[in-house]
Amino acid sequence: MVTAEQRALAAMPATGGAAPTVDLAWEALAGVPDPEVPVVSIVELGIVRGVSFAGGRLRVEVTPTYSGCPATEMIATLIRERLAAVGLADVDLVTRLSPPWTTDWIAPEGKRKLAAFGIAPPHVQGARIDVAGISPLRRARVAVPCPRCASTNTSLLSQFGSTACKAQYRCEDCREPFDYFKPH
Amino acid sequence: MNEPLFEYLLRLGDNDVVLAQRLGEWIGHGPVLEEDIALANVGLDLLGQGRMWLTYAGEVEGRGRGEDELAFLRDGSAFRNAQLVEMPNGDFAATMARQFYFDHAHLLLLRSLCKSSDARIAEIAAKAAREVTYHAERSADWVIRLGDGTDESHARMQKAIDRLWPYTGEFFAADAVELDLIERGIAADARALREPWLAAIHLVLDEATLTRPAGEWMQGSPNRGGKQGVHTEHLGHLLTEMQFLQRAYPGAAW
Repeated sequence: MVTAEQRALAAMPATGGAAPTVDLAWEALAGVPDPEVPVVSIVELGIVRGVSFAGGRLRVEVTPTYSGCPATEMIATLIRERLAAVGLADVDLVTRLSPPWTTDWIAPEGKRKLAAFGIAPPHVQGARIDVAGISPLRRARVAVPCPRCASTNTSLLSQFGSTACKAQYRCEDCREPFDYFKPH
Repeated sequence: MNEPLFEYLLRLGDNDVVLAQRLGEWIGHGPVLEEDIALANVGLDLLGQGRMWLTYAGEVEGRGRGEDELAFLRDGSAFRNAQLVEMPNGDFAATMARQFYFDHAHLLLLRSLCKSSDARIAEIAAKAAREVTYHAERSADWVIRLGDGTDESHARMQKAIDRLWPYTGEFFAADAVELDLIERGIAADARALREPWLAAIHLVLDEATLTRPAGEWMQGSPNRGGKQGVHTEHLGHLLTEMQFLQRAYPGAAW
């Protein structure tokens, strides 16, 4: 199900007579998993930025998480396959860069799924990371809670984990390493 | 064709693509697994950014060249990257010193380009700046960690900082190509980035207990650097590897 909440996060209300098709497309897209973090869908990840239907063609706007995300082409293929499976074959896939993706667009349900999967979800707002104000010295770090034991006694191992969107942390209490989805 | 804009976009894109290739050389050779992965991830960010700049460059040129033709089928003298990013990896300290100098210049440049009058440049810069924020934080961390580390790590980081210093000058020089675009609000004024860059660099070097490079001299007399297509011998070797497949098997795809 695509909730009203997710719709709002993707900033895309349904439109007039095209609504049934647009609804169908949203439902289909909600079933496309992110290839690198398959517990969340691309809709929950907040990268589907718009769906519209006009002149017999469906237009789907997608924004990349990171510029170099190697899953981008795979996501495009998965989107086309899933839409074709529900009878939507005439699709224009458009990459939208602006405004840039932020982890603030990850749906609350998506964050819960990340945590259950063992990836600590971003727990501060990405938009608050003021690019213009960054100190050349280390940013004051906020404690990242361990997704296993919830301890906040954790330390950063590397700003880059198994993918560019995650950092590697270690819990100093349960001693387990874990991924942290970086606020972005 | 808008010749200055094309040139400028190559400068932006080639920095990213060439440094991404250098970082990719580390894959499988990193000092520890976490850093191996981090080097590859930073390279991947840069590659993604480079693709966006080169795609736009190809559109501006209007001769049907896309990102692939520009990356894989140009000769060294047609590349417009700064000489710093083509410097060999050396040891881990040299790689991180190169990254540190570049990241902080890159971040300032992108921040300035977010305000470009060219909407496409502004949106690519806004996207890239978020990513580069993490790069800059990480490379500063490593300069501090190695500089303020053991005698051996300190000595190696100091050597790298001193050796690469002269190559940083061209990031802050503007030639006719850029002056034209600066006037039209399209390009960032590189000259204005030097002071804030120096302030950031000095802050980190001091924290790292490293000596600030003494010489005021930097390469980058406005018309004789990588931005104008004058490169060190290292770029050719890098391109030999990067472009091998498309040169040996033109049009190869999979």
